[in-house]
Amino acid sequence: MNIGIPREVQADEHRVAVVPSTLERLRKAGFDILVESGAGARAEAKDGKYVEMGATIVPDARSLFEGSDVLLKINPPTEGEIALLRPGQTLISFINPADDGNRVQAIAQTGASVLAMDQVPRISRAQKLDALSALANIAGYRAVIEAAHHFGRFFAGQMTAAGKVPPARILVIGGGVAGLAAITAARGLGAIVRAFDTRLAVKEQVESLGAEFLVLDFEESGEGDGGYAKVMSDAFLEAERKLFAEQAIDVDIIVTTANIPGREAPKLITSGMVESMREGSVIVDLAAERGGNCSLTQPGEVVVHHGVTIIGWTDLPGRMPELSSRLYGNALAAMIEELGGADDWNIDLDNEVIRGSLVAHGGEVTWPPPAPSEPTQEKNYAKDFGERPQAEKTETAEATTEAAKSSPVGLVLSLIAAAALTICIGLWAPADFTMHFTVFVLACFVGWQLVWNVTPALHTPLMSITNAVSGIIILGGLLHLSVDSTTAAVVLGALAVFFATINIAGGFLVTRRMLAMFRK
Amino acid sequence: MPPNLATIIYLVAAVLFMLSLGGLSRQETAKRGTICGIVGMLLALATSILSDEVGLYGIVALSMVPAALIGGFLAMRVQMTGMPQLVALLHSFVGAAAVLVGFASYLDSGQLEGAALLVHHIEVYLGVGIGAITFTGSIIACLKLHGTMSGKPLLIPGRHFLNLLVLLVTIGLGIWMVATHDQTTGVVLLLIATGLTGLLGVHMVMAIGGADMPVVVSMLNSYSGWAAAAAGFMLGNDLLIITGALVGSSGAILSLIMCRGMNRSLANVVLGGFGTDGSAPTGEGPQGEVISIEPEASAELMQQASSVVIVPGYGMAVAQAQHTLAQVTKLLRDSGVEVRFAIHPVAGRLPGHMNVLLAEAGIPYDIVLEMDEINDDLPDTDVVLVIGANDIVNPSAENDPASPIAGMPVLQVWKSGTVIVMKRSMGTGYAGVGNPLFFNDNTRMLFGDAGASVESMLASLRKE
Repeated sequence: MNIGIPREVQADEHRVAVVPSTLERLRKAGFDILVESGAGARAEAKDGKYVEMGATIVPDARSLFEGSDVLLKINPPTEGEIALLRPGQTLISFINPADDGNRVQAIAQTGASVLAMDQVPRISRAQKLDALSALANIAGYRAVIEAAHHFGRFFAGQMTAAGKVPPARILVIGGGVAGLAAITAARGLGAIVRAFDTRLAVKEQVESLGAEFLVLDFEESGEGDGGYAKVMSDAFLEAERKLFAEQAIDVDIIVTTANIPGREAPKLITSGMVESMREGSVIVDLAAERGGNCSLTQPGEVVVHHGVTIIGWTDLPGRMPELSSRLYGNALAAMIEELGGADDWNIDLDNEVIRGSLVAHGGEVTWPPPAPSEPTQEKNYAKDFGERPQAEKTETAEATTEAAKSSPVGLVLSLIAAAALTICIGLWAPADFTMHFTVFVLACFVGWQLVWNVTPALHTPLMSITNAVSGIIILGGLLHLSVDSTTAAVVLGALAVFFATINIAGGFLVTRRMLAMFRK
Repeated sequence: MPPNLATIIYLVAAVLFMLSLGGLSRQETAKRGTICGIVGMLLALATSILSDEVGLYGIVALSMVPAALIGGFLAMRVQMTGMPQLVALLHSFVGAAAVLVGFASYLDSGQLEGAALLVHHIEVYLGVGIGAITFTGSIIACLKLHGTMSGKPLLIPGRHFLNLLVLLVTIGLGIWMVATHDQTTGVVLLLIATGLTGLLGVHMVMAIGGADMPVVVSMLNSYSGWAAAAAGFMLGNDLLIITGALVGSSGAILSLIMCRGMNRSLANVVLGGFGTDGSAPTGEGPQGEVISIEPEASAELMQQASSVVIVPGYGMAVAQAQHTLAQVTKLLRDSGVEVRFAIHPVAGRLPGHMNVLLAEAGIPYDIVLEMDEINDDLPDTDVVLVIGANDIVNPSAENDPASPIAGMPVLQVWKSGTVIVMKRSMGTGYAGVGNPLFFNDNTRMLFGDAGASVESMLASLRKE
């Protein structure tokens, strides 16, 4: 079977579906590779590099589409490309079926099977196919870099001879993959980062990256299907707007990443908030493609309003074409492997990953897929990321510490037993014994204190040295090696001395040997 | 030597033993502690041999010289991975000596009468009983740790009832022995009691699984101390009593620490095999797809990280990977990566076993940290390398109340950037518990023999 990699036709698209280094994985899956001439030219991948990795260069799109069984693309196919598709072919690409129903219809009519990389189900098994997350990660990073480019100060605070520079304050709205990447990048540059998300579960992740998580004084979790955010109630939105208005006055840079699948992006930053920001501030709107989270965003452009720069680039991942292409290509390769490779090629409708991604098959539109039969998947996804409600966790912890403690009944009983023993000894034991008993109890307490001080790293030497000192039982044996003892007692005593000496010699020597190993 | 002088020298020896244990509180003072112990022991021995009671010097030399050579030979020859067996074997010697001293003391008790004789008999009986349990229990523990005997718990039906029966019979025999005035009857009863308690020791340790051995060895350590203390009572020697009490509490504390490390009570460890009472986990284990990684890529990942934490488990000792790991650590540290080791209290087969293995491999002890010291740093760690450990890094201990290991303190490795888990295959840990860590998206599985994998890591680091 042949895989075809066409050149992306959009003039401003620098990426390519597969970079040369990924070819080996595809060839291992049993495919021959055709690449349209110039496909990777703008992503640091000249034709020659593809040839080196065993691909054949094809002069134009028409001959590529003719010769390929599977086509790998990034952008949804254009009309021209749809016209080249034929029955039995498979196209794997971003499709965004919710955006343009007619296009999906047109694709389906060609009879080709189409898998949408943007529709891969968000279940843990399919994480390596998750191209959206891979690209969102790049977008989040790049958003901060673009912001830094337009922002006139250092991100990190500095005390220079010429005066003090305060650190930049950054607000990241949305704690998805892009938001977390933005937080990481901004923290890396030394900024003070705050973040907000409607899903409280994100709090832990945000804080683990060193950002402050802003909390609304309001009870509602925004966790929707497949780990994405859902639409929130009006009262919640009101509280949220109030928070953003307060923050806008305080921060230097806002990065918004609030996207709800298949809908227009929520308007979170009003023009009033933009005007309240300091001059020189920057807003990067990662939702620009879906209309923007800021009401002043112009998709694809940078505008300046009241001295505030608003960046509405829709091609942030595309600005790092080589990396984007490489990661996207890896996700494609994982999809190819999921489909069975060349030898076991099978568009298996029972495979939930494939069924979820399939938008057209056998001339029919197959999107949206039927609801999954197991509603537990979403939960699993959350669980895999350790996103468990905080309350439940502490409850478990409390329950277990409770169980670890002994019951009060047991304590009372042991106290009574101890009291009884003390009284018995006091009343009937010979004076000699009482003295020894005193020494014994005191020694127990001294030992208890001493041993708790021993560092856990030296517990093994502790055991071997206690082995050695408990060889002191040798005294018991020695005492019977006297001229007055019976023969039996002497034999027994000698044996005891023998065993105890092994302990003394062995214990001390092995302890010294071990301790000599501990070096700084 | 006047008896009073002897008593004072014994006191000095006792203080030196205390200083010896106190010295172990830090690595810097530990060697001085050992010297204190040795000096104390030599003082005590010299005093005892020179006292009026000891006269048969030929027999003293005959029994001590070969034994010292044997002990020295054992100590010099033992592999650090074999430390648990040696420690168990040495416990058994204390147990054996306690039994022998008990018999000798019973035979030599002619000049005592009245209450003193009664108390002496009780002391002898207790000393012999504890000594016998320590002796046979430690032998079985040693065989299990050495692999001569299967590590699986032997669970006889009605074993608790059986143990209780043996215990009651032993107490009954004890009352008879204390009451009897005929020495021959007494010796026979004492012999039967020794046999019974010896069986009790065998049975008790047989019923405990291989991975619970750290607790058992600590417990036997404690018993060996109590046995020595009992011998001190029967001989009226305070040095023996003090030393026995020190060793006894040391073992008790170690057992307690081990039990806390597993969030189980001592009774739970001693009475039942883990997950073998029909309470095996019934639910499906965690499912999902794991992402695997090659040793070369792991090496690269660690080299690019700014901080790496290595979590070793018993698997590392089995694979003998610590020496290669030490070289990997050195290369990483030389190239500016902060490398630290995280030790769980129950990692290994002996308290503090991992620390000794790492120290033997030449890893500086100041980068080897305890669980409580490092858990808070894990979220800021870039890469965690888990080698031969499973349950001690299992997140279900914290977030799955139904898990058999729920509540056990664990190393929170999943909070770090990337976790590389070295594992032979997708098996479960000793508790038979599946580990959801493996399916996390920041976990990479490095399958294969740990020793070979670390070798490849080292090779690829050397190349760069």
